[in-house]
Amino acid sequence: MTTPETTDKIPVTVLTGYLGAGKTTLLNRILSEPHGKKFAVIVNEFGEIGIDNDLVVNADEEVFEMNNGCICCTVRGDLVRIIEGLMRRKGKFDAIIVETTGLADPAPVAQTFFMDENVGAKTKLDAVVTVADAKWLKDRLKDAPEAKNQIAFADVILINKTDLVSPEELREIEARIRAINPYATLHRTERSQIAIGEVLGRNAFDLDRILDIEPKFLEAQKEHDHDHDHHGHDHHHHGEGHGLKHYHDEDMQSLSLASDRPLNPDKFFPWVQDLVAKEGPNILRCKGILSFKDDPERFVFQGVHMILDGDHQRPWKEGEARTSRIVFIGRNLPEEAIRKGFESCVA
Amino acid sequence: MTDPTPSTVSLADRVRHVAAAAAVVGVHFFKRVPVFVLGEEALLFAGDEEKRVVVHGGGILASAGDGERIVTGGDDGRLVQTLADGAPKQLAADENRRWIDQVALGPHGAVAWSIGKTAHVRARNAELRALDVPSTVAGLCFAPKGFRLAIAHYNGVTFWFPNAAAPPEKFEWKGSHLSVAVSPDGRFLVTTMQEPMLHGWRIADGKHMRMSGYSARVRSLSWSMEGEFLATSGSEQLILWPFDGKEGPMGRQPKLLAPSEARVSVVACHPKQAAVAVGYADGVVLLVRIDDGALISVRAADGQPVTALGWDAGGQVLAFGCESGAAGVLVL
Repeated sequence: MTTPETTDKIPVTVLTGYLGAGKTTLLNRILSEPHGKKFAVIVNEFGEIGIDNDLVVNADEEVFEMNNGCICCTVRGDLVRIIEGLMRRKGKFDAIIVETTGLADPAPVAQTFFMDENVGAKTKLDAVVTVADAKWLKDRLKDAPEAKNQIAFADVILINKTDLVSPEELREIEARIRAINPYATLHRTERSQIAIGEVLGRNAFDLDRILDIEPKFLEAQKEHDHDHDHHGHDHHHHGEGHGLKHYHDEDMQSLSLASDRPLNPDKFFPWVQDLVAKEGPNILRCKGILSFKDDPERFVFQGVHMILDGDHQRPWKEGEARTSRIVFIGRNLPEEAIRKGFESCVA
Repeated sequence: MTDPTPSTVSLADRVRHVAAAAAVVGVHFFKRVPVFVLGEEALLFAGDEEKRVVVHGGGILASAGDGERIVTGGDDGRLVQTLADGAPKQLAADENRRWIDQVALGPHGAVAWSIGKTAHVRARNAELRALDVPSTVAGLCFAPKGFRLAIAHYNGVTFWFPNAAAPPEKFEWKGSHLSVAVSPDGRFLVTTMQEPMLHGWRIADGKHMRMSGYSARVRSLSWSMEGEFLATSGSEQLILWPFDGKEGPMGRQPKLLAPSEARVSVVACHPKQAAVAVGYADGVVLLVRIDDGALISVRAADGQPVTALGWDAGGQVLAFGCESGAAGVLVL
């Protein structure tokens, strides 16, 4: 559980979204904006994008199981190969964007960056960005498990095609997204219009950035006070504090646990490792900030299915509340058992 | 900049330095002239006069050399052959500019290459043949005798006689196989896997061999002269699996030599003697005698991984290259 230095690693953004949500439109916007950056783009079909300055690579999404007895430990074999090949051109691009198919599960893509040493040494996962169709997402959440995975896994979600729905419908779709994933940053967009800085350079998987794992709707008011300087007028940072209807998704939930009493690392690590070993297939993402007894430093960790990555982050500050907090997003999580297990880790 | 052990004999001052100025991804020879394969675009002939030959319009993804020709595959979708005179010639090109991922050379001028899930093979003056395998081709290797190609992919190896009508033989083992080698006596297939391990099969009866215990994915394999040992990277020492005897390495321990704090990144067995050139992730290059583990230092640590090593066919000239673009030639 160590974090190698990340300074010169190439950031990788994963673009997901169900069929027709607007992924390719977003990708073309990113590539055609006058940002002066060069990208290597890994796509599934040639032809839909064509920007001369950028490297475009065609991928066949090949999900390979690892031989470690863990059914959720999968990697994208094509990414292992393509990233190694792209590194031949190091210096010719600033970032990599991986566009997945509409039916893809983002987990194998993310896991590739943790499971493959060579990929992890040269590149770092920046964020999973999901484009959702404001009009159709509600239906897809009912009939397409892939669409739900993409929402649950996301760090940034664009609710796209907002011009095609009423304000009430929009509020409902936001509430449904929040029921699955309260932690992602939401943006409302039309025709995938968004400032590039909102989707790239997010450092969502950087352990040093796991500063704040409060659900986003709790801090909605704060977000109104800044970020009004973007060009493009039809996307909004916004909170849903006002009149938010609460939804409960039947099978995908998030679970947040906190303790003001310090934890015993000798209890916590065996517990969390056992938990992800048993529930790994159901746990899509997890994150935590931990206070261990007699430890002056904050410990931070994150995980994707069974893979955990963690390290000491920095000393606790004078007067800072030493609260341990962990969050899980997953399917059919045994909430009571997890809650009791976490409580038993108190020192 | 220190030797691994103070008492090690060093030939470092006899190395002729070559400024490749780009990541070195392979090295091949024309007689005694080393030719470095660079990560992008060019081959660097490093004889008495240095010469750069541009062979691709982009990254060079794969290369193979047999002393008479060097064949490279690029991300420009081209397969290029370069001869000793430095004249490149395009052998094939993909109309959609898909990557040429793998290249292998076989007997009688045969060449094989892969694009995605398709392996292509052409013998000298013979027609082009192609075979689709179930997933992207990750490794290609010709058998030492006959005209037979081993193709590594997810869940195993397809072993194909391109001139035979019979369907290719399948050697199956669950998981992602990333390269393949056939033993010089033609009795064993060995693959490197996504996990830090090797898998092998005895070709005659398909019996499995698992070779594990590595700290990292194995990226470099080299057969010792006459195939007595298979030298590998992937650990903080040189690993030599015994392939003499009927059972190969089954039930036997590997020989472990030249331990270091850094991981072995590339290996190249001497073509005539029981010795191995070993490159490490910290830039060290050592010569290791197989019988007694005696070491000779060729290059001191500088923190830059050694990425290419090769001998001329006579075993007189050793060439190495690094990710940083440093390279060198040692004449023994």
